[in-house]
Amino acid sequence: SLLSTSPFFPLLYVTANYPMLAATAPFPPFQASWCVLPSRVLLVLTSQKGIQMYESDGSIMVYWHALDVLEPPPAQAVFARGIAAASGRFICVGTSSGLVLVFDIPSKGTNITLSEVLQEHRDSITDIASEVGENPDGAADLVTADDSGALCVWRSKEEFSLLTKISAFGWTCSSVKLWNGVIAAGYGNGQIRLYEATSGALRATVSAHARWIYALDVAPLTGKLLSGAEDSYVQIWKLSRSPDTGDIEIEHCHSECVTDTQLCGARFCDPEGNSFAATGYDLSEIVRYGQV
Amino acid sequence: MSARTLPLLFLNLGGEMLYILDQRLRAQSIPGEKARKVMNDIITTMFNKKFMEELFKPQELYSKKALRTVYDRLAHASIMRLNQASMDKLYDLMTMAFKYQVLLCPRPKDILLVTFNHLDAIKDFIRDSPNILNQVDETFRQLIDMYSCLSAGEFQLIRQTLLIFFQDMHIRVSIFLKDKVQNSNGRFVLPISDHYLLFKRVEFTNGGNYISPQREGSFDLYGDRVLKLGTNMYSVSRPVETHMSGASKSLASHTKENAAPNPLAKEELNFLARLMGGLEIKKPNGSEPGFRLNLFTTDEEEEHAALTRPEELSYKVINIQATQDQQQNEELARIMGEFEVTDQPRQSTSKGDDLLAMMDEL
Repeated sequence: SLLSTSPFFPLLYVTANYPMLAATAPFPPFQASWCVLPSRVLLVLTSQKGIQMYESDGSIMVYWHALDVLEPPPAQAVFARGIAAASGRFICVGTSSGLVLVFDIPSKGTNITLSEVLQEHRDSITDIASEVGENPDGAADLVTADDSGALCVWRSKEEFSLLTKISAFGWTCSSVKLWNGVIAAGYGNGQIRLYEATSGALRATVSAHARWIYALDVAPLTGKLLSGAEDSYVQIWKLSRSPDTGDIEIEHCHSECVTDTQLCGARFCDPEGNSFAATGYDLSEIVRYGQV
Repeated sequence: MSARTLPLLFLNLGGEMLYILDQRLRAQSIPGEKARKVMNDIITTMFNKKFMEELFKPQELYSKKALRTVYDRLAHASIMRLNQASMDKLYDLMTMAFKYQVLLCPRPKDILLVTFNHLDAIKDFIRDSPNILNQVDETFRQLIDMYSCLSAGEFQLIRQTLLIFFQDMHIRVSIFLKDKVQNSNGRFVLPISDHYLLFKRVEFTNGGNYISPQREGSFDLYGDRVLKLGTNMYSVSRPVETHMSGASKSLASHTKENAAPNPLAKEELNFLARLMGGLEIKKPNGSEPGFRLNLFTTDEEEEHAALTRPEELSYKVINIQATQDQQQNEELARIMGEFEVTDQPRQSTSKGDDLLAMMDEL
């Protein structure tokens, strides 16, 4: 099922299974994501108060992590943002101070613990992505992005180790995805950049949009990439590696304009990327597109 | 969300208010002296030092109710009076105009340029009054200090905070409809043709910046802002009307906001009290007879608008009443003493106005 990750609340739920959750979420959620681990799926919500984790049916909250809130409010906003499952046993969540909190998730129950705090970013975390494709041993399996546009690439085994850092170039990296060792990063100036995950080398720059990119998604079975931005466009691309050189390639597949809508959330609805959905500011609907 | 949003919200809405009042004063042929006095009084009140100090403190945005009450007071800071219907229309126009500007900012930081456009115009309104000019320049400098070094990400958060505040507002403004920037369903038209210069361009290199920068607007105290958003769109005098019918499709969310218990009500009150404490309201004395400004073309139109305004669009203005226990509520009582009670009875709401209920408990 699809979950809107729009930064504009009220949060929209496509399935009718979670009316309870919508009613009981105490603080307006900033972001929401299903984290798929081998033994369980957890629904993670972030807000200005902290991080909540629920069983996937929304019935029980299994964990609550409060962010330090100061009174009176500091000039710098406090919130959690950026959610990803990693290595089949962790859930990583970013914070406005640039920290990445790593939670150790047992196969069942509520004994969730904060096992590590990654401190490589100096600016607010915007997005976190884990490898959704093939992951040869020892390779990168997590990417974290921040407000300044810097990216950190991590390998997680028992502990997380920093593989490489990708410098900012002056624009916020608003969203990031990792697939088959390819980092796809979307920026506030509408660019998509592709990097080699293990080395951090820049492989391609795409002037994909005229405005801030809000969403990126990748269809793991095909390498299709989706980008949604404030310019009201959803663009569909295809990532691949050249069979001869191993070079990263990208081609444009499709454009869709959601008229007069600044998109703030977009996702593929299936793992092959044959259908996708989008929503935007002031829109109380989720618009779904499918290939005919 | 961002705790740095309120100054931008207040100043930009205030700027729009002044544009509209200026236009209506001329349309109603109010004598130049009187009109200037009204503009000066309102601007002086808006940029009051204590008020600005409160405004610039890091804080969350409060409800539309609280903000609307501030503008009510501001509009009545001089010898001019507005009926409820005109005040409602004024606020509708102010909010839709700023919503439009925020939405169409090409880059998050451009919100600052929009603010500067408003301030430049305000300075022009009071160019013959050096004292008030100083106050405005002081605020200008505060803005530059506070916002110049924020990152694009922080500005985007501010922008999101503002957009959430304006969410689901779809009042149709005739000037926008005429210029085709707003659809008949109240949604703004997002232009996609003009800046789509580098569509789908892919470069396989190891870097290199090939995007040529456009002319950058000035973020200084003086300068060409380049961006047109935030400049006075009423200077070509065109009548402004709002259409109430079918304005808000998402009625559910709107009524929810009014009916649901507001856990922040008490803090909202404290905020208002602090904010109002900084607003010095002048009372009209005998030699300066007041006058009533009408945002509509005729009195009959104004009356009709008051009667036909849909329930879900009524702004539930806070009716501040002094409580029995003066000591417990010194601040509000002091404010009450400073405010003149208007002839027009305010519409206090019947159902679920928790702020009123809260105030009874104070």
